[in-house]
Amino acid sequence: MKPIYLDNNATSQVAPEVMEAMLPYFHELYGNPSSMHSFGGQVMKQIRKAREQLGALLGASPEEIIFTSCGTESDNAAIHSALASCPDKRHIVTSRVEHPAVRALCAHLATQGYRLTELPVDGEGRLDMEHYKRALTPDTAIVSLMWANNETGVVFPVEKAAEIARERHILFHTDAVQAVGKIPINLANTHIDMLSLSGHKLHAPKGIGVLYLRKGTKFSPFLIGGHQERGRRGGTEATPSIIGLGVAAELAQKKMDIENTFVKELRDRLEKSILEIIPNSKVNGDRASRLPNTTNISFEFVEGEGILLLMDEYGICASSGSACTSGSLQPSHVLRAMGIPFTMAHGSIRFSLSVYNTDEEIDFVIEKLPPIIDTLRSMSPYWKVSESRVRCQE
Amino acid sequence: MWDYTDKVKDHFLNPRNVGEIENPDGVAEVGSIACGDALKFTFKLDEGGKIKEAKFKTFGCASAIASASAMTEMVKGMTVEEAAKVTNQDIANYLGGLPQEKMHCSVLGREALEKAISFYKGTPVTAEEEKIVCECFGVTQMEIERAVHENRLATVEEVTNFTKAGGGCGNCHPMVQEIIDRVLSQVSEAPAERPKLSNIKKIKMIEETLEREIRPALKHDGGDIELVDVVGNRVLVATRGACASCQASDQTLKNFVEAKLRELVLPELVVEEVSA
Repeated sequence: MKPIYLDNNATSQVAPEVMEAMLPYFHELYGNPSSMHSFGGQVMKQIRKAREQLGALLGASPEEIIFTSCGTESDNAAIHSALASCPDKRHIVTSRVEHPAVRALCAHLATQGYRLTELPVDGEGRLDMEHYKRALTPDTAIVSLMWANNETGVVFPVEKAAEIARERHILFHTDAVQAVGKIPINLANTHIDMLSLSGHKLHAPKGIGVLYLRKGTKFSPFLIGGHQERGRRGGTEATPSIIGLGVAAELAQKKMDIENTFVKELRDRLEKSILEIIPNSKVNGDRASRLPNTTNISFEFVEGEGILLLMDEYGICASSGSACTSGSLQPSHVLRAMGIPFTMAHGSIRFSLSVYNTDEEIDFVIEKLPPIIDTLRSMSPYWKVSESRVRCQE
Repeated sequence: MWDYTDKVKDHFLNPRNVGEIENPDGVAEVGSIACGDALKFTFKLDEGGKIKEAKFKTFGCASAIASASAMTEMVKGMTVEEAAKVTNQDIANYLGGLPQEKMHCSVLGREALEKAISFYKGTPVTAEEEKIVCECFGVTQMEIERAVHENRLATVEEVTNFTKAGGGCGNCHPMVQEIIDRVLSQVSEAPAERPKLSNIKKIKMIEETLEREIRPALKHDGGDIELVDVVGNRVLVATRGACASCQASDQTLKNFVEAKLRELVLPELVVEEVSA
């Protein structure tokens, strides 16, 4: 069974063009880019090209691109470096809906003598900018806010937030893992000091990431070793992956329009149809400021894991914010921070599309999902109660 | 993805006995929507007092649905007394096992069964049983004690896997730990298996028993006994005084000396007479 893959915020397929570009660098052109011979040197040229491709996608110059192993490493490197370069400041500002790569790191730092402010969000997952301004103090070393939320797709006004931080001489980092390749980004026009991205979210392989570091920003390396990445990140370059990521960045730039027209239309149609057909369903997150590929929908009175496993029977891949799928016993921290009621949070499903999805696939999901929800609701002890409640309201 | 057994998948994809019985003999609702799983269980008895029909409705994950389905299948045909003996482990075993983190689903099934039986019997639930330890998931002291006891849980994490208690804010962790410590200490105080004797201790106990229980009685009849050696479980003795010339000394050694040593020291002991 060919999967209908609507889980691109979890990971994405490697684009055929990316894989093709990578293949020679495993077996034929395997030289070390640091070598003095031309066999290695030719690889260095390709890495330089990849750096340019990344710079073009982000509106950055090539020397502002540091290749890392993943988004998590980029996040860790950025935040640790900011703290190391402002040793007198002990305050970190972030949000309650960050990815664990930032959230767990900051929670750990809070046990190491740093003060942590986690900004709340409203019911739509939005930041309160006045609250944000008030949270910034002369002791604040770094602000780390995600560009787009992985679960709801809600986009934070990070450009504005970075400007406010700059006015107060505070370093600004953004985890843009979900945003890069899905919405246009031009870092040259912003005051963002550091940005993290991850290759496998934009059709490059897993195990490659980037930390953007604005020129002139003090940096203290996270991985100390050789002179690679101009001493800012030790370790032999992952040449095939870097070259692949460069191609993926170029593709993402080319397909940005498709992402914001075709993919967005697919998402909107999926969302609209589900809401129309399935009663007691609701979108989580601010629909006015959202990634074009993501929708997070709650189905009241059913549990997400059951929905996922029944969809799995048809090869439909998605994610859930329910407790049973999170590995903890509570629903997703993002939905809880938004104050989504438990009746809704446990039954939340995230669909995240890509340019590789088709109209037929969306039709198939629209056909298969309603009976799945019906089946689970017919088993739920809460469903009848709710039905009658809905009728009463009508 | 969870590693569910085929049986769990089967009971999730084809759940048995979904629904609600009208005018049931036993009914129970356990869990809550806030906790992420809830179960409504009803049963009806036949004229012979056996469970004729059992039905469930579940809000929860695949393993919660499968556990409830399995439980209803298991209890059909049982008397109420038989059903009361079903444990969460029985439910998990019926399904070919559950992931550790999902054991609470089987506990939910057992709780519903137990509560429905209480309803049938009209047994009231006491205030002590209702004392909540975990506020996040509404887990009572009684439920935690029972899970610790039946499944020999030793850590807070295990208790969370089985009952959910402690899986939220974590404030109850010290209380859960206290319950674990208390229940497990009670278990170890209960009549334990006879500890394995070391050789030194065995010899010492044999000597003491001879001195205290056996020699005084023999001396009373003008006889005596002396411990020569202990080889494994063979107790080698020499008879003295009247015993040495007594026709019945064999009987005395078997029926009295050996019996006494077996009773007070070790059931495997064999007494043998040696000349010394």
